Amino acid sequence: MKNFRVTQQEIVLVVFVALFAICSVFLNGFLTTDNILTLLQNVAVLGILGLAMAIVVIGRGIDISLIAALAVPPGLVLQLVQYGYTLPFAISLGLGIAIIFGLVNGWLIAYAEVPSLFATLATGIFFAGLGQAFLFELEVVQWSEGMNGFEWLGQGSLLGVPMPIVMFGIACLAVAFLLRRTRVGAYIYAIGDNLAASRVTGIPVRPIVVLQYVLAALIGCFAGLVLASSVNSMPTRIYSSTLIYDVILVVVLGGIGLSGGKGGVINVILGTLLIGTMLNSMTIMDLPYAAQNLFKGIVLLIAVIADTLLNPRNEETAQQGDI
Amino acid sequence: MLISKFIRYGLVAVGMTAVASTAALADKGLDEPFQAAFRAAMKDKTVAYVPVAMGFDLGEGWWAGLKNELEPLGIKMELRDPNWNTSAGAQAVTSLISQHPDVMVIHNPDVQTYARLLKRAEEAGIFVIQINMGSAYQSTGFVGANWIEIGEKEAEAVVAHCKGKSNKIAIVQGALSAAASAYTLKGVENVLAKHPEIQVVSSQAADWDAAKAKAITQTVLKQHPDLCGIVGFWDGMDIGTAAAVKEAGLTDQVFVATSGGGERKGACDQVKSGAFDLNLSYNVPNQAAQMAGMIKWLLSSDLKAGSVKGMAYTTLIPITKENADLAMTCWNLSDMKK
Repeated sequence: MKNFRVTQQEIVLVVFVALFAICSVFLNGFLTTDNILTLLQNVAVLGILGLAMAIVVIGRGIDISLIAALAVPPGLVLQLVQYGYTLPFAISLGLGIAIIFGLVNGWLIAYAEVPSLFATLATGIFFAGLGQAFLFELEVVQWSEGMNGFEWLGQGSLLGVPMPIVMFGIACLAVAFLLRRTRVGAYIYAIGDNLAASRVTGIPVRPIVVLQYVLAALIGCFAGLVLASSVNSMPTRIYSSTLIYDVILVVVLGGIGLSGGKGGVINVILGTLLIGTMLNSMTIMDLPYAAQNLFKGIVLLIAVIADTLLNPRNEETAQQGDI
Repeated sequence: MLISKFIRYGLVAVGMTAVASTAALADKGLDEPFQAAFRAAMKDKTVAYVPVAMGFDLGEGWWAGLKNELEPLGIKMELRDPNWNTSAGAQAVTSLISQHPDVMVIHNPDVQTYARLLKRAEEAGIFVIQINMGSAYQSTGFVGANWIEIGEKEAEAVVAHCKGKSNKIAIVQGALSAAASAYTLKGVENVLAKHPEIQVVSSQAADWDAAKAKAITQTVLKQHPDLCGIVGFWDGMDIGTAAAVKEAGLTDQVFVATSGGGERKGACDQVKSGAFDLNLSYNVPNQAAQMAGMIKWLLSSDLKAGSVKGMAYTTLIPITKENADLAMTCWNLSDMKK
């Protein structure tokens, strides 16, 4: 084993393939095109959020306020349309709010130098509170007539593929292009790897950090619009759910280290697929809720323990500032 | 002759007296003997309200209804919003006990958390009225849905629709920790025990979350495209259940039964659009009016808190395509707040 290092990404790939194979063999109706599409559709929004989180985590930050960006701007869009404003106006205002969320986060982290965990923890509560107190009439903002025609974002299908999966695919391509093909992407990796060195090299570190959070908020808002059009309403209380842990899980499980500078879109896809397979197979087996949590916990523990055994931490890999 | 004459004069006399006395009545009002005491009993009383949260149709509707009924009588209304946080709610109830309002209207998050606090409140002389979700402690009053009945009626409707079809049904539960969900499930089980031919292909908790309900339903429908009915536990969540059924193009085949507070956008409009086939409504304005009536009666009586106990289970309104269009079937939150 000395010369053979297995990355977390490979471990998750193995776990995913094994789990998928087991389900395909033992679960009736698992390995059908319809079911695989359903599986993907059910985790598409989670996957899109994972992409947003990945951008931030690769830049060695974290964005706990992501669910607020998912809930508040799209909720506002639905609410405004309910009040009778036009859809384009509502959407531009929603996107505007998302950009402001990102700018606030980015400024706090890049310029005020508040650690990202604490900054976004606080702003997330603030954004969600803002929505609850001033923007929404009810926590579940219902779809209204004026939104008709917009549900294509989350319903229906393109060439047999349900729209949420198409949206996830588009988001994957866009983020992959950003991270791998643009200068900004290279800067994000550099900052995540070594912030001080990046600054010395002349990378505009602070603006890039701000940009990361603006992008994350915009992608979060996009995920929210997909979610809202897929369930015909925006349940803004989703902010108080444990969704953010699932998002972090997708990212970390997929192999994007929280210490930054590592991983990419492929890792998010892997993490999303693993979670999706687990959720789908347990629903097919009609496992009770408690058993599902137990099972999820066990799989995650195995993945994490395997990673620690195969890639022990040492002075080189354990950086200061790890979460 | 003499007698008849006597009677005639007598009648005239009686008639004249009657006219005279009516005149006297119109001249001077007659005091109704109880209203002054009633008004005095209402004046400057305080009613405190602790829902599990504001911001959703039930919490907002009860509050608006109580305020509309009670504030004109000079009753002071106080609101504590724990925003889905159970421990914040327990704190609110605790601090209210020391502030000593005359009545507390409590919406329990679960059966246990507030039970001892509510007992303490009644021992301190505060009337406690519980709404929709009762605690283990029976207080002076309870107004709310009978969840067992909701489960039974929903299941009966689904079973009736499934007759002669695949007999496969799915159950979409709420949150496992919520008693409302567990009670409803018990009601469903009561009916299923009588119908062994029905096969429950899935019974999962979606945590009152529309997105989760949609995900579960999609998977179930892919596994069992011949499903004939779904018993859902709350319309706010079952928007997702219905969306999955609609996407699968099975709206006509799959009977979706659910329950809720009967707000127009969430209930009647959804039944009209075909998303739900049956929505059992525990009409929130009716519940608010019943609570208000109970509060008026208690405050004007000379009862001590905890000396009487009673239940007022809500009569359910089954919303179907037949009555979804009627003005009285559903209610508008925006109108109620005006």
